[in-house]
Amino acid sequence: MAIFKKKRKKEEKGEDLWERCKACQEVILRVELERNLRVCPRCGFHFPLPARKRLGFTVDEGSFQELDGDLSPTDPLRFKDTKRYPERLREAQEKTGLRDAFIYGTGLIEGQPAVVGAFEFSFLGGSLGSVVGEKVTRAIEEARKRRLGLVIFSCSGGARMQEGILSLVQMAKTSAALARLRKEGLPYLSILTDPTTGGVTASFGMLGDIIIAEPGALIGFAGPRVIKETIGEELPKGFQRAEYLLEHGLVDLVVERKEMRKVIAKLLDLLYH
Amino acid sequence: MLRHYLEFERPLMELEREYEELRRFASPADPKVASRLKKLEAKIIKLRQEIFSRLTPWQRTQLARHIERPHALDYIGLILTDFVELHGDRAFRDDPAVVAGLGKLEGETVVVVGQQKGRDIYELHRRNFGMPHPEGYRKALRVMELGARFSKPIITLVDTPGAYPGVGAEERGQAEAIARNLREMASMEVPIVAAVIGEGGSGGALAIAVADRILMLQYAIFSVISPEGCAAILWRSREKAPQAAEALRLTAEDLKELGVVDEIVPEPLGGAHRDHRGAAMALKEALIRHLEELKRMTPEERLEARYEKFRRMGVFLEGTSEDGKEG
Repeated sequence: MAIFKKKRKKEEKGEDLWERCKACQEVILRVELERNLRVCPRCGFHFPLPARKRLGFTVDEGSFQELDGDLSPTDPLRFKDTKRYPERLREAQEKTGLRDAFIYGTGLIEGQPAVVGAFEFSFLGGSLGSVVGEKVTRAIEEARKRRLGLVIFSCSGGARMQEGILSLVQMAKTSAALARLRKEGLPYLSILTDPTTGGVTASFGMLGDIIIAEPGALIGFAGPRVIKETIGEELPKGFQRAEYLLEHGLVDLVVERKEMRKVIAKLLDLLYH
Repeated sequence: MLRHYLEFERPLMELEREYEELRRFASPADPKVASRLKKLEAKIIKLRQEIFSRLTPWQRTQLARHIERPHALDYIGLILTDFVELHGDRAFRDDPAVVAGLGKLEGETVVVVGQQKGRDIYELHRRNFGMPHPEGYRKALRVMELGARFSKPIITLVDTPGAYPGVGAEERGQAEAIARNLREMASMEVPIVAAVIGEGGSGGALAIAVADRILMLQYAIFSVISPEGCAAILWRSREKAPQAAEALRLTAEDLKELGVVDEIVPEPLGGAHRDHRGAAMALKEALIRHLEELKRMTPEERLEARYEKFRRMGVFLEGTSEDGKEG
């Protein structure tokens, strides 16, 4: 046990050359894992991806132009729980090197131009606050302005509690922007990754013209723990996982990470021309 | 009458009981009785004013959920005439947690949609405590679209702890149903006025609140998460709900200040649960006034203004200056 704990700690600091797969416990050489797009070569488990890495795996090299990178969160409610919100923000910013939980810009995906954005889950659970809502809205508006398709990789626990009602209304703001994009005949591909729940799923997450999920991703409105507590029963096997959603008709496709670029590019091409 | 008293209302209980008993059993012709009644009434009013002038956000949360508070169908009955309730989402089933229909507001046809809570055990259960399933949101959308097609203004009455977190709800696309409503309401050409009458619980509430005007009853709440849920996550203890209620800024005054709510509809002294008619008349007046204003705009103007209303929401820093906060 003691050995394991020590190892975990080292892994978190990123000092180790090895990482352990959460699903099958296989220990994988880090360079090998990276080469495999952070998918376990043994069991196919999709490791979480930081936003920059996600965009790096998706967009053609050198084609990404970040937009609105200077938007920063503030503390409109002067929110304090066991910690002050600005303190939580500072910690998240230091940890991730990002100002908030979403980055976007323009780029080419296998030659297909698009507006592309991705969530950073390790920034306060990828939560949707004012900055994320504003940037997603601007991404949608940018797609309209440039007559491009839109690709958003979601990964979020939902609305950000520390910005209260201002977080909640970002759901309406982004959805209203999508209503306009929709009228222009520009495609929006929503890619749901592990996990996507709450306010993100219940707004732009589920509003894609085409919705794609990564294998095994947890996707839902309520989180499984809340549901279990509410109904007081065990949940069905595979409940709220990508494959379960596919079976229930809620997503178009489940696509493995190594195929994602190709599938997105193909769909953009099919819808563009 | 057997009333339900919240803890902070308790000081009122004895006075009100005495008043009721005197009024019912003593002769009002007796000048002693009449004078006692008058005194009691003055005392009650003073005490109510005292209690209600310093309500905490947690007390307001309890008021917003008060079992005797007027619910959607109470308001519909008091505000509209010729109401016809319409049922079902045409796909799965009729969700009793959402009521929808047509009626007349001062002689003019409107569409009304609301979440409906119950008051007794049977109704609470049947209405699922006002927590809709996807089919409830789809019914709401179907009836709103009917209104839009026939150029009838839409009124929505928000009162839910949230969308139901259940297996069936997830399997049938709770998130998709909510998201679709948000998108579709943003582009309906008819005037839409939403009123938060009790509990505005998160995305499940917002799903019928994308409107040209958002009104809020004085003691209603509207929040991204319930104080209990927030406390459980951030404080790791549901007991901290009163602190969470404070931190979340969920009162009508907070929402007005944050630029989300357009108008606070005053409630009768002691809260809407003490005077359903009084609360309904205040809401009716506000609804008529806002609909009149909205009708003077063209559909294009309304859509643009509705978009801008939500577009402006949020507070963030850009470059070095603070932006957002109500334009």
